[in-house]
Amino acid sequence: MLATLVGFLRDFDKAEEATQEAFAIAAQRWPVSGRPANPGAWLTTTARNQAIDRIRRERVLAEKIQLLPVPEATVDESDDTAIFDDTVIKDERLELIFTCCHPALALDGQVALTLRALGGLQTAEIARAFLVSEPTMKRRLTRAKAKIKATGIPFAVPDAHVLPDRVDAVLAVIYLIYNEGYSGRVDLGAEAIRLGRVLAALLPDEPEAHGLLALMMMHHARRRARFDGEDLVLLDDQDRTLWDTDQIAAARAMLDQAIALGGRGAYVVQAAIASLQTADRIDWPQVAEMYRRLVELTGSPVVELNRAAALAQAGDPTAALHIVDHLDLDGYLYFHSTRADLLRRLGRADEARAAYRRALELATSTPERRFLTRRLDEL
Amino acid sequence: MQYALLIYAEPGYGDALPEAEREAVVADYSALADDPRTLTSAQLHPVETATCVRVVGGRTLMTDGPFADTKEVLGGVSLIEAANLDEAIELAAHIPAARLGGVVEVRPVVPR
Repeated sequence: MLATLVGFLRDFDKAEEATQEAFAIAAQRWPVSGRPANPGAWLTTTARNQAIDRIRRERVLAEKIQLLPVPEATVDESDDTAIFDDTVIKDERLELIFTCCHPALALDGQVALTLRALGGLQTAEIARAFLVSEPTMKRRLTRAKAKIKATGIPFAVPDAHVLPDRVDAVLAVIYLIYNEGYSGRVDLGAEAIRLGRVLAALLPDEPEAHGLLALMMMHHARRRARFDGEDLVLLDDQDRTLWDTDQIAAARAMLDQAIALGGRGAYVVQAAIASLQTADRIDWPQVAEMYRRLVELTGSPVVELNRAAALAQAGDPTAALHIVDHLDLDGYLYFHSTRADLLRRLGRADEARAAYRRALELATSTPERRFLTRRLDEL
Repeated sequence: MQYALLIYAEPGYGDALPEAEREAVVADYSALADDPRTLTSAQLHPVETATCVRVVGGRTLMTDGPFADTKEVLGGVSLIEAANLDEAIELAAHIPAARLGGVVEVRPVVPR
């Protein structure tokens, strides 16, 4: 609904105001006159009419005080009735997504705007999710909206030659939202999956959109098993009865679709890894192979670290340690915890202890600290 | 909408290029100047020629050199008319400085 209005009005603030007014009118009228047959269309039309009235009032005011005229193009009065038909209301969520995730906006602004405009989250909720004050989040949103307006960021699906880059930007924003949720705030994770579902539906031929959705669903399905009270539980030790098997099956189907579409990109490969890890018997050599592909795609030393961990699980901790010792990740907690684990497996307890201690210095969250302390005590 | 494209680059950034690439750079700048969307376009003399002017207490004070002493300097300005930011960014991306270690700052112009 907001997407339709932003598309129609070309203005976030006006669209939000009109939406709120429409809900207020519905709250007054529906209890008296009953719910309309198509509440969504009713609300959209009412909001649109509210906006038109407002633009008219402002235009009259502008004429009176001789300000600049409101552009005529924003109001098309010829099809006021047609909009009642659901099929005529244009779905402009895709345009809205690309506007919210425009790389000319600061990343934190893209994330906030996407949650506000597409997720329908309140400013206070977004502020809580990102651990900032409400005024800070409000400023962030205002800055992003002001930049869209002042710089002429288009409300449109980008041209074909820039589309791949811009799709990547959208996927990155959704994955960022998901990962915020993964660190404990489940509601954001569910919200990111909802956004991912919308995007995959709007871009049915885009394999990476399906890959990202499969990846998020795969992780989300295991979220209840990741923590035991305050404690972090590793994949090996997770209680699989806590996994959401329906969601895992749905994620696998989504992954198959992504692969059928020719998907070989980073999200598809990550989803494939997550899928392998949910199998009854994990094929670790295959996981390591997938990480090797992911290293090729991303060049990331963190991914290389994961590849090493998979190699160790596949039964070759010596080769794994060899890889790890060549990585330059000294400030990274999981580098030291992985290294510690490999040293422990190879029976080099003193070195393992030192590595766990270094990891502990870098750990910030309570579950992580407790996990590392436990491992250190076991040595 | 009108946009200003502010072209920043290290002085002499094109000097070390092979002949063919230098010609491509010249051709790209000519193409920008000749583009119907370009309202005006100007290449600036080196920063050594810059003079900063302030008026303090009615007196005009001058200092030699650019306003900000940075590695990349403002070397050119282009005023363009584009449908939206994406079109402006596309024009900016074709400016040689942007691919040769410099940067093009895109700023919307306040309509008069």
